[in-house]
Amino acid sequence: MTWKEYFTSSIGRKLVMAITGISLILFLIVHATVNGMIFFNDHGEMFNFYAHFLSHNYILRLIEIGLFIGFILHIVQGLMLWSQNNSKRPVKYAVNPGNATSKWYSRSMGILGSLLLIFLVIHLSHFWWGTKMALYAHGDAEHNLFEEMKNAFSKEWVVVVYLIGVISLCWHLLHGFSSAFQTLGINSPKYNGMIRNAGFIYSILICLAFAMMPIAMYFGWIA
Amino acid sequence: MQHSTINLNLKVWRQKNAKDSGRFETYKAENISTEMSFLEMFDVLNERLINEGKDPIAFDHDCREGICGMCSMHINGRAHGPWQGTTTCQLHMRAFKDGETITVEPWRAQAFPVIKDLTVDRSSFDRIQQAGGFVSVNTGNAQDGNALPIDKDKADASFAAAACIGCGACVAACKNASAMLFVSAKVSQYALLPQGEPERNTRVMNMVAQMDKEGFGACTNTGACEAECPKEISISNIARLNREYINAQMSL
Repeated sequence: MTWKEYFTSSIGRKLVMAITGISLILFLIVHATVNGMIFFNDHGEMFNFYAHFLSHNYILRLIEIGLFIGFILHIVQGLMLWSQNNSKRPVKYAVNPGNATSKWYSRSMGILGSLLLIFLVIHLSHFWWGTKMALYAHGDAEHNLFEEMKNAFSKEWVVVVYLIGVISLCWHLLHGFSSAFQTLGINSPKYNGMIRNAGFIYSILICLAFAMMPIAMYFGWIA
Repeated sequence: MQHSTINLNLKVWRQKNAKDSGRFETYKAENISTEMSFLEMFDVLNERLINEGKDPIAFDHDCREGICGMCSMHINGRAHGPWQGTTTCQLHMRAFKDGETITVEPWRAQAFPVIKDLTVDRSSFDRIQQAGGFVSVNTGNAQDGNALPIDKDKADASFAAAACIGCGACVAACKNASAMLFVSAKVSQYALLPQGEPERNTRVMNMVAQMDKEGFGACTNTGACEAECPKEISISNIARLNREYINAQMSL
């Protein structure tokens, strides 16, 4: 089998989703940790230090390219799988089993993912774009990301959009985490409990951490 | 044993042939014994339709004891009806209440075109099986029984996978109409045994390629197939299928 045949087969496509998915899961740990620096409540000193470090380190810049490739592969492949899978039942059932045979969020990864894509575009335009503009368009101008965050999260609609994004992420992860392991062939009584629990704890913790950021800033708990 | 009869309203999918667009028709099924199987209830109804000079409802059936994999009805939104681990022929009318309306549809999937009414063409499964679901055997005398030592756990897992009757409930239950549980059971059954070793890599590649060619969807790990399978085949077989597929490609 050629590599092309391999990665365009139904299992190959799922493997791409699983590998990029796990990479994004790992990225979220780094993202939540660095952003969590705002909770030191030191006027963003620690946070801005790490933000500056991340945006000025060449090795990390290179890894960021990999991150973007991972995002694009996951999104494009996900949307393609969604539309292809939807076309495999041209005549729909009149009666559906609902939640009797599967969990609603496991059936809704396409919708949750699309919500996340919309959120991602808003999110990047809020913070990523500004950082890059300061760095490249304005000759490494002084850029206070912490102030930008405070400014963005002072608006109700931004906080609401972020909370919708984080809740979508939580459901997406609750299925995606364990699903990735199943796709990679890891399903055994020895590991299943571990994977399920780790996925549950990870999804809740990551999403709680992210949800607390706009909430804490909106209510002024962080100076 | 308590014996009672019930009256039911049936909403059944009627479709003349593959080209007909089809529609639901309602029938009354009266004095149905609760000890009848779902198929026997259809026999009673068809008997009446024939006597009335009408076209009886076409449905697949053969052994009527849950091992042939022919019966294939989507009953009230559930493949093989509301009971766990049973085929439609093993579903008894005591699963329903007096006066209930039951909606009966054929398996819905691009790869399972409707032939007539509730019968669908599942020959795509045969072609997947022919693509790799076999082992090579030497001609001549049969080998002595137990000549090949096999680990008990593996033999049991292989046997559990071999319980698949190829009814297609996994495809019917899957939101993507994916045949992954069927293919994984067929691949697992051989991959776990020494007899399956010679064609191990080509088997998984050819069967998956045929599955994709037949127009089944991809797996999204919702687990609906496992919940509906009358033989309770586990999705751990799908993980094994994925492992086999990865190993086949990674091997030199």
